[in-house]
Amino acid sequence: MDIVLENFDRFVQGLTTTLSLTALSWVGAFVIGVAVASLRVGPIPPLRGAGAVYVEVVRNCPLTVLFVVFYFGFPSIGIILPKFASAVIILSVYTGAFVAETVRAGFNTVARGQVEAARTLGLSFAQMLGMVVLPQALRAVVGPLGSLLSALIRNSSIAFSISVIELTGTTFQIATETAEFIPVFVAAAVAYLLLTLPTGLVVGVIERRVAIKR
Amino acid sequence: MTALIGDELGPRGRRRVLVGSVVASLGVAALVVVAIQRFADRGQLDAEKWSILAEPAVVGFLLGGLANTVKAAAAGMVGAVTIGAVMALGRLSRNRPVRWLAASYVEFFRGFPLLLLILFSAFGLPRLGVRLPLFWYLVLGLAVYNSAVLAEIFRAGILSLDRGQREAAVAVGLTDGQAMRLVVLPQALRDVIPANVGLFIALLKDTSLGFFVQYEELLRRGQLTGNFDGNLLQALIAVAVMYIAVNMALSRVARRLEVRQRRRYGGSIEVKGGPEDLVAPETAARKENVGV
Repeated sequence: MDIVLENFDRFVQGLTTTLSLTALSWVGAFVIGVAVASLRVGPIPPLRGAGAVYVEVVRNCPLTVLFVVFYFGFPSIGIILPKFASAVIILSVYTGAFVAETVRAGFNTVARGQVEAARTLGLSFAQMLGMVVLPQALRAVVGPLGSLLSALIRNSSIAFSISVIELTGTTFQIATETAEFIPVFVAAAVAYLLLTLPTGLVVGVIERRVAIKR
Repeated sequence: MTALIGDELGPRGRRRVLVGSVVASLGVAALVVVAIQRFADRGQLDAEKWSILAEPAVVGFLLGGLANTVKAAAAGMVGAVTIGAVMALGRLSRNRPVRWLAASYVEFFRGFPLLLLILFSAFGLPRLGVRLPLFWYLVLGLAVYNSAVLAEIFRAGILSLDRGQREAAVAVGLTDGQAMRLVVLPQALRDVIPANVGLFIALLKDTSLGFFVQYEELLRRGQLTGNFDGNLLQALIAVAVMYIAVNMALSRVARRLEVRQRRRYGGSIEVKGGPEDLVAPETAARKENVGV
């Protein structure tokens, strides 16, 4: 217990890194996900195909492999970025594929009549998507998106593979320095639960708030 | 659903789509060209960098890594199924403390990163006097984490079964335990087979965390051979392609199983896209007709 208190600052530091990693990556993942989902239901076949390839490739490749390829492999072709930026990019690209699939599932919940009504009013495809379909689709998938956010919090630990010292990295460092594994890892577990449990609760509240009652 | 949003296009719309398609194809092609150019400029397309990957020794080494990955994932899966089933039954038990214990196990292990668990298992346990081969530390982490996920899948499977099944079983004189073992579980387990294949894919991906503990799974071996031969990028790309090929094949199996089961035993079919879907809605429709 003393060990945890002694290193409290470092834990807080790690927690902050995890939080900023998660927050930035979530923004990236959300933008990528919505864009790719939109491309995949859009009228232009090559873009639909490109979206599908992206989702299939990324979903079937382990996150660790993406990290290692990007950070250790890509310098050979001149792509060299700082660790933290690399981590945000990889986490965004990885989570983005899952967000895309979730949003696409949301599109399926939007009644066909909504689309027909929008077309009748003369909205263009982009207007229809942005003003009619997307808002309803997103409201339908708040819960699943929340699960993805929790998963992102946990997945951000894999940034440790490229030595981004977030919560898991900090935990590992403190544990190996002090050889006190149990208290340090329990503290980390508690810290992660402090992140994921409130996320679940808040998402639950939002989900109920925005649910479309039919 | 792969169905597009929108309706039949008129002549003007079709023209615009054509223009858009041409522009988009050019854009995608340009991206590919730029990427290839980059590889070529830095000498990463040199034949020898790639041809090493086809040498029998390297192929054997990487396939051995894949075998290690599958072995760890399979052992982890067996452990996860066993613990997961126990925890699912625990959560549905009539005994309050048992229910509570199982629930806290599930919530606890689902809540934090698998990596943390594997690091604890591989580095913490030896200091606590638990000495195992490296393989088992990884398997332990995989099994414990995924058992929490599986417990929820099993529980959902059991709960989604019609209540009448258990009631009928009790009515013909089976005890609670017998009803669960002979009537409820066989059906519930059958229902969750596709979800289990899906989880196995996740486990295969998770095994790459063995990278952190020097377990020689596919990714670690890719890195080793790449560093040795000086073609790290190429070796890592080969590893990624192997992962993607195996997982895509397994995803198809999972999807097939799901469609086949739904067709045979009923239930709604979630249409996800892909060729398997073509048979699914049709059979679902037929089923409804029989019902009427």
